[in-house]
Amino acid sequence: MNEFFVQNTEAIQKILSAYPAGNKRPAVMPLLYLAQRTNGFIQKKTLDEIAEILEITPTEVASIVGFYTLYHDEPGGRYHLQVCTDLPCALRGADRFLQDLCDNLGIKVGETTADGLITIEEVKCLAGCHHAPLFQVQGDGDISYHEDQTVDAAMQLIAELKKKAAEREGTNA
Amino acid sequence: MSAYILYRHRDIPNLNQLDVYQKNGGFEAIKKAIKTMSPAAVLNEVKDSGLRGRGGAGFPTGMKWSFLPGNLWPHYVVANADESEPGTFKDREILESNPFQFLEGLMLAAYAVQANDAYIYLRGEFWQIARRLDTCIEELYAEGLLGDKLFGTKYSLRLHTHLGAGAYICGEETALLESIEGHLGQPRLRPPFPATFGLFGKPTVINNVETLTNLPPIIEKGAAWFKTLGTEKSPGVKIFSLSGCVNKPGNYELPLGTTFRELIFTHGGGIPDGRTIKAIMSAGASSVIVPADDRALDTPMDYESTQANLNAPLGSASVIILDDSVNMAWLVNKTVHFFRHESCGKCTPCREGTYWMSHLTRRIAAGEAAPDDIDLLNIVARQMQGKCLCALGEFSTMAVTSGIEKFRADFEKLVNH
Ligand SMILES: Cc1cc2nc3c(=O)[nH]c(=O)nc-3n(C[C@H](O)[C@H](O)[C@H](O)COP(=O)(O)O)c2cc1C
Ligand code: SF4
Ligand code: FES
Repeated sequence: MNEFFVQNTEAIQKILSAYPAGNKRPAVMPLLYLAQRTNGFIQKKTLDEIAEILEITPTEVASIVGFYTLYHDEPGGRYHLQVCTDLPCALRGADRFLQDLCDNLGIKVGETTADGLITIEEVKCLAGCHHAPLFQVQGDGDISYHEDQTVDAAMQLIAELKKKAAEREGTNA
Repeated sequence: MSAYILYRHRDIPNLNQLDVYQKNGGFEAIKKAIKTMSPAAVLNEVKDSGLRGRGGAGFPTGMKWSFLPGNLWPHYVVANADESEPGTFKDREILESNPFQFLEGLMLAAYAVQANDAYIYLRGEFWQIARRLDTCIEELYAEGLLGDKLFGTKYSLRLHTHLGAGAYICGEETALLESIEGHLGQPRLRPPFPATFGLFGKPTVINNVETLTNLPPIIEKGAAWFKTLGTEKSPGVKIFSLSGCVNKPGNYELPLGTTFRELIFTHGGGIPDGRTIKAIMSAGASSVIVPADDRALDTPMDYESTQANLNAPLGSASVIILDDSVNMAWLVNKTVHFFRHESCGKCTPCREGTYWMSHLTRRIAAGEAAPDDIDLLNIVARQMQGKCLCALGEFSTMAVTSGIEKFRADFEKLVNH
């Protein structure tokens, strides 16, 4: 029983319809996003189910997950806060910003806060170089941009994210 | 009257809403094209306009379209919205604030080559933009501006968005096609070219977002009008993404042929903190580092002049400004790490070359290198040149060799003597 297909039949069929009839493979990236948005990351079981739907091998699907950096096959922190430190941003203080933010949280780049909620990462250009320092937040199946940042503003956002997560836990329980 | 041609949203509030776009002449061009012009006539108008691709290579758009064979079907059009070159952020503003003009341009390109399906490939980080575009596309179907038998003709058109997932190389057009097909984003060997063997093995046109956004005004006002803007060989306006050490970084829509000086000092407000300008990169992190002397500053930013005067391509016109506090060895370490991270690994010179260069640049930037390492870095970069499967490998060496040639003292300063 392909649970992923059963739970998302309509969405999956809509995705498949965007590509030529009989050619299912192009749906692999959209389906991986669908899985990631549902579960926060791509579980091995879902990966196998996607392979089955598309009639390709799980190894082929896994190679896509491995090649593209926006797919996660491990849970990681609830929110990935990803600061751009590429050249144009670095010229406007992005490295300093990242360092100060990490110091404030008491973690290093790549680490997750003790409550498991916030992972701080360094990423390449996000096409927002004129609004440095900036970062994107990946989490809850979404990606949002936060531009012209200060450490204070970022800390405030982090507090809000933590509150949001706590509220979610509360309603789920 | 809006003075902007591409960034019309800066004059017209809420232009990203369909009714506002339509009230301001939106979709008149596509109606005119489909109802009154043959596909060949649309293609010829674009050819006559002299429009050149805004994604980097500056290839004439109409000519590119004309390469599609008439005896192989279906044809596809793909919009390149991958926008991942460090220093480039122009397409994002179009997609967010003037999406319908871009979509209308994509429709015109599709009609000209008689494609019934067109894809928009967006970098994965643009996922909210993609979601909004999906809504725009739904609205167009509902309004009868997309779908079957448009405006009572036999022509049908469907648009689809496809999200990448964090790989700069997918901006390269053949890697992009591989990515849509559900493969690793790795460039294809050419020939065959996408014009004959593209998406799903069919003839395909790939155009940049900004290129496509030029099409509605060209069809509406004609090639002759378009040629009154810009220079003779580089007609039209261009969006320059200005970033780095400058007071007012941002996107500037200006005629091609505007000088670097005007962009940086008149529009960009000059250099902050009383510092002086040291160098320019004209095409993002892929570009050579050009010392900012008077000759460079007075160079018109068009495809020919930039190449002729500075031996640097205008590329996507992502102008990064470097002031006198910037050490070029530090800079090169940044760009090389970018390319090492983004190398797709398909060919050895790039995979290994970016790896070795990144070790050397890290050592140099950290003050741990020996004097010989500078020449070694230069040799590795020069050995890569001309040997890589796609332009990314070549791009990775540009700042290295030009940096060492023009700013060797910056490197010497950091090595142990
Ligand atoms: C490594 C690499 C990255 C590229 N990234 C982009 C990009 O993000 N956006 C884009 O439009 N073109 C990009 N290009 C250029 C495309 O391959 C292609 O030439 C362009 O999309 C064609 O459109 P145009 O003729 O309208 O300019 C890239 C090229 C290379 C080699
Ligand atoms: S040059 Fe680099 S990015 Fe291009 S195909 Fe070779 S390894 Fe891949
Ligand atoms: S360099 Fe940071 S967004 Fe472009």
